[in-house]
Amino acid sequence: MERVNHPDAQRPQGAAASAPAIELRAINKSFGPVHANRDIDLSVQKGTVHGIVGENGAGKSTLMSILYGFYTADSGDILVNGKTVSISNSSDALSLGIGMVHQHFMLVDNFTVLENVVLGAEGSALLGRSLSKARSELQRLARDYGLEVSPDTLIEDLSVGQQQRVEILKALYRGADILILDEPTGVLTPAEADHLFRVLATLRNEGKTIILITHKLREIMAITDAVSVMRQGRMVATVPTSETSPEALAELMVGRRVLLRVDKDEARPGDVKLAVENLTVADDAGVIRVKGVSFSVRAGEIVGIAGVAGNGQSELLEAIAGMRRPVAGRVIVNGHEVTTHGEAGAAELRQKGLAHVPEDRLRMGLVTNFEAWENSILGYQDEPRYGGGLALDIGASRREFEGRIAQYDIRPANPRLKTANFSGGNQQKIVLAREMERDPDILIVGQPTRGVDIGAIEFIHNQIVKMRDAGKAILLVSVELDEIRSLSDRILVIFDGEIVGEADPASADEGELGLLMAGVHNKEAAQ
Amino acid sequence: MTYVDLILVLDSTVRLATPLIFACLAGLYSERAGIVDIGLEGKLLGAAFGAAVVAAITGSAWAGLFAGVGVSLCMSAIHGFASINLRGNQIISGVALNFLAAGLATFLGQSWFGRGGNTPQLPSGARIPTITLPFANEVQDVPYIGYFYYELISGHSILSYIAFLIVPITAFVLFRTRFGLRLRAVGENPKALDTAGISVTLLRYQALAITGILVGIGGAYLSIAQSAGFTNNMSAGRGYIALAALIFAKWRPWPALATCLLFGFLDALQFRLQGVALPGIGQVPTQAIQALPYVLTIILLAGFIGRAVAPKAAGTPYVKER
Repeated sequence: MERVNHPDAQRPQGAAASAPAIELRAINKSFGPVHANRDIDLSVQKGTVHGIVGENGAGKSTLMSILYGFYTADSGDILVNGKTVSISNSSDALSLGIGMVHQHFMLVDNFTVLENVVLGAEGSALLGRSLSKARSELQRLARDYGLEVSPDTLIEDLSVGQQQRVEILKALYRGADILILDEPTGVLTPAEADHLFRVLATLRNEGKTIILITHKLREIMAITDAVSVMRQGRMVATVPTSETSPEALAELMVGRRVLLRVDKDEARPGDVKLAVENLTVADDAGVIRVKGVSFSVRAGEIVGIAGVAGNGQSELLEAIAGMRRPVAGRVIVNGHEVTTHGEAGAAELRQKGLAHVPEDRLRMGLVTNFEAWENSILGYQDEPRYGGGLALDIGASRREFEGRIAQYDIRPANPRLKTANFSGGNQQKIVLAREMERDPDILIVGQPTRGVDIGAIEFIHNQIVKMRDAGKAILLVSVELDEIRSLSDRILVIFDGEIVGEADPASADEGELGLLMAGVHNKEAAQ
Repeated sequence: MTYVDLILVLDSTVRLATPLIFACLAGLYSERAGIVDIGLEGKLLGAAFGAAVVAAITGSAWAGLFAGVGVSLCMSAIHGFASINLRGNQIISGVALNFLAAGLATFLGQSWFGRGGNTPQLPSGARIPTITLPFANEVQDVPYIGYFYYELISGHSILSYIAFLIVPITAFVLFRTRFGLRLRAVGENPKALDTAGISVTLLRYQALAITGILVGIGGAYLSIAQSAGFTNNMSAGRGYIALAALIFAKWRPWPALATCLLFGFLDALQFRLQGVALPGIGQVPTQAIQALPYVLTIILLAGFIGRAVAPKAAGTPYVKER
């Protein structure tokens, strides 16, 4: 990610003379016993992109919800353009020129783009006039900011990136001068994220103020002018971006030194534990997604599969994990061929020593309405130690999970909390604890740190390396190239359902891998 | 079946469909706003009772109509309080209202009038008048067209004409006005509305008020227009039929009208076919024909009209995060 150019990069001295766009003074907010925001001070200069970073649960979203009138602060002052204001609901915020792009979009799926944009800001009682006014206004905004969306398309037919554009258009249509974006890139492809950053740069150059909430430090470094760090409900620092580094920010966020690179010894590979031969897999629509792939994973090594999302990784993972029946080919787990007699169920694979951390924990890894301890035995509930017979041994299951909570530092340490109420990182730890503590011979892991905090990422990475050092065979699939490079002992690059290259993480450079992931083969690249 | 028979069946179709149209459109407003209203049945019954009582006491049909609407509005308010403010289960609230209406109407009717729960027979002055359209009597002897005009188009209760008028009005409100846009939005994704600075609570109460008024008119129609007084359980499942019609119509006004007319027609046919032996089949039990609307709904929903997708937020109380 390159730094987006800012023509007025030298402007902050001039801007500081006028009142800040947003100033928060000693904001406090509690939810019952949880003190989500403690004495928060924040000052955001006009015409800048101001980043707010912090781990999940640090209080970023609460703070922004207060600014947007979703919650009311228990105490403290909010100043907009130098004037003290009271914001008790979203319409107050909107009339002050504050717009928000939520992490989960606030769109009506079966409405058109146009209907969503005017909703709540229709102007007149009859729709006809407001819609035609909005149509020409949308054209202007699209032209000015590069936010093209066809106004008559239904939201449900748009890609996630386009839906986000509609959210931004909604805010701009309401005349927002201050735009808050909550984790805007979590759902975007890299290309969509780049486009978003170009749009944000344009908006800033037009004089808009942007507050960007994220936990991706690369984005902070790439686009923001200043950055504030929150930890456990407090604002711990505000610094100009040019005077800080990802390492320094990570330390501020977590409160201790964080290694952004994984520290690991040389791998000592043993016997082949997992072998995949000419595996061909189709997706639900019958389209062939994995085309005759062969590779093997040895005990004591991590094999990383790199690739742009949607190149067959999901189908490959599902086929190996016994969730999807391959069209052709063989999967050999621990010396047992598991594909010859048709569908090898996930349960059977587990007995053969294969554990699976699925790439989408919410869809495949957890039942979010269950209490955490229930999820911690899911898939293993028939084992004798949990009762085995008709009734579950609830006491034993909970006691075991309490041990894991300590071991994996799962927070909050409450086995009876609903899984949905844990943060992404802690949910992932619940899944990892469940799969790793079975002591499997083979671990396949998909997107282990998607939507996970920096502190938890470090923990999860170390845990994976520990498994490797204990002589387990690990297959890692991730779309985060950094993660693949820092964890893997060997890298396989997948493109359009084929393994197009193998690389040594120590020697491979990012450019070479990028070309492979984009489908440019070794030979062509060499020419 | 002769032409006259056909016109007569269609004529009673209109009469039987009128309360269905009111109840169905009433349900449309509340469900489009995200509130499931299984209590339509109870509101029909409550309104019918209230209207008949007041009409009997005052001798005024209009006072009766107001009373009916008032009862139904109160019931809507209770449903709203339970499902919007208290975030209760909407089905349970609706079912409770149904029981309440059925029990209370019989109990109050018996203690006030002592006629086994029925209200006294209303004189014609205390009933909602019918309208004879201009020239209806003059042209009734003109073959086909004249008779069609006289028997089918003219001579219905004012409320029937209102029912038919509400359909285009509803379609307009729903798809062409700001209120309609917000109403549809609040039933699909209330959060989108809340973050746009619009009160979800207020909008849902507004929708429930419209529901109360419409189903109240429908109930009053039963007791003081179609009949001359309240009889026990006189709504007879029409509230449920209206809900079936709403699903069948996929929550859209014009199809709702068509469906209500279809169900009204089946009802009219059933009266007509009582005791009539059909060629090749013989005498069809009344119950079989009475079951037709329900059977039809199941069959058509299962395979013919495709999936009926309810407003996404229907049935779920709106709670801000945390």
